[in-house]
Amino acid sequence: MEIVFLIFILVLSIFLGFELISKVPATLHTPLMSGANAISGITLAGAFISAGAAMTVDSEFAKYLGTAAVAFATVNVVGGYLVTDRMLAMFKSKKGRS
Amino acid sequence: MDIQLLANLAYVVSAVLFIFGLKRLGSPATARQGNMLSSIGMLIAVIAGLTAEGIVDFKLIAAGMIVGIVIGALAARLISMTSMPEMVALFNGSGGAASLLVGWAALYASDGSVFTSVTIILAILIGGITLTGSLIAYGKLSEVIGSGAVVFNGQRIVNSLILLGLFYSGYMLCMDPNPESVWFWAVLGLSLLLGIMAVIPIGGADMPVVISLLNSYSGIAACAAGFAINNNILIVAGSLVGASGIILTNIMCKAMNRSLANVLFSGFGAVKQAKAIEGEVKPISAQDAYYILEAATNVCFVPGYGMAVAQAQHVVKELGEILEKNGAEVSYAIHPVAGRMPGHMNVLLAEADVPYEQLVEMDEINPRIENVDVAIVIGANDVVNPSAREDEGSPIYGMPIINVDQAKTVFVLKRSMASGFSGVDNPLFFGENTRMLFGDAKESIAGVISEFSK
Repeated sequence: MEIVFLIFILVLSIFLGFELISKVPATLHTPLMSGANAISGITLAGAFISAGAAMTVDSEFAKYLGTAAVAFATVNVVGGYLVTDRMLAMFKSKKGRS
Repeated sequence: MDIQLLANLAYVVSAVLFIFGLKRLGSPATARQGNMLSSIGMLIAVIAGLTAEGIVDFKLIAAGMIVGIVIGALAARLISMTSMPEMVALFNGSGGAASLLVGWAALYASDGSVFTSVTIILAILIGGITLTGSLIAYGKLSEVIGSGAVVFNGQRIVNSLILLGLFYSGYMLCMDPNPESVWFWAVLGLSLLLGIMAVIPIGGADMPVVISLLNSYSGIAACAAGFAINNNILIVAGSLVGASGIILTNIMCKAMNRSLANVLFSGFGAVKQAKAIEGEVKPISAQDAYYILEAATNVCFVPGYGMAVAQAQHVVKELGEILEKNGAEVSYAIHPVAGRMPGHMNVLLAEADVPYEQLVEMDEINPRIENVDVAIVIGANDVVNPSAREDEGSPIYGMPIINVDQAKTVFVLKRSMASGFSGVDNPLFFGENTRMLFGDAKESIAGVISEFSK
């Protein structure tokens, strides 16, 4: 049954994603992509489990794999949000210009 | 209260914040706030993730995070806006790598059920394709490797063999989900190889499609990793990213009037022109350009990748301001596939302080292009090529273009008469109302500006 729930979530979020993203104007497509990069760093939440697991069941090697995953995902999260913010700060309105 | 339940509730909160964040991206005025909301959502998800069952050792987590924070923060701060496509390509790759590694590590803790095995294999497969595909895309964008399409005889056969091999080794790995087995290495190796093979036949000018598609893959990979480890928030966030990438891919393909399959498999080669171009190229000097611009009341800049290469966005904006002071209406028309990634030109012009109201889309400028006194084409070629509209034999026939040839006068800033990335000749350069300003775009514009200040 759990599989069905997960697929349910998947399908609904895909539809939601299409609705949301199709409203983003062309001028913001680059920040949209770098912002999406940041969100895909959510893998971090999954990487923790392998990097910090107890030694009993898992091999030592799996922990290192998890650690590398943590590093890669953190690059995405930190780099993605910062660079998106840097870009969006540059988009100024005519009124906002001194 | 149960800590697992709390963590799952926290995931709901972060999903809501991601959604509001994306919604706020609907307008440049609210976008920055949206990004902030989304990052708060991520922070909550990360904290909740740290409470997950089974985490006893935080040393390695901390080490990984510190490395990631340093690299991510430095990259975000140091990258120039011109190199944004390369940066996004690398970030796509790192997202793919993370999902691949999560899948790989999950194999050690797998319960052995077929569903789990399939999702682990998908995470490794999509993550691997995203990783190597993005690295190749990065190489092409930064011109570390040639940006041309690499096509060879029997490419399809090789690719089909890779796919068959993947299916077979994936099936064998499913039967025996063991990270030590040879089938695991086969899946890993073939996935990485497939990523390379998928991107090499795609030429430089098609990069906006590839980056969007890899962006989508990095989301789908996160989604697959979410299934592999039974984590809701990975599935929600991953599919939001996946949907975003697919929409952008679709927009890019439409803007080139090509199907995704055509972009991915056919390696856009230079095709012989069906119609010979007749006419004469009319070069002008900065001074002539000044006389025409001085009298213009409506000027439209049309930037392309050449503007990024010449780093000309700041002088372009300077000229735009001078023209505005001179009483002209100034706009910047941006074709969806101008540059190397969706929205690339918009970011460069925003960096140069052009207010976003002046950035107009192709569909907005075309109906009123006839009122434009001077259209200034800077380093764009295919996106203003009239043969896309008129010449049925042209390989880019049918692609929507900015109809600059219908403006009263067109200035084309160009290094030389070489054809664009698609290798297609451009009759615009021979047009009756076209004037060519040869030379580096930045210097040419600076020359015109100095004429104004005389």
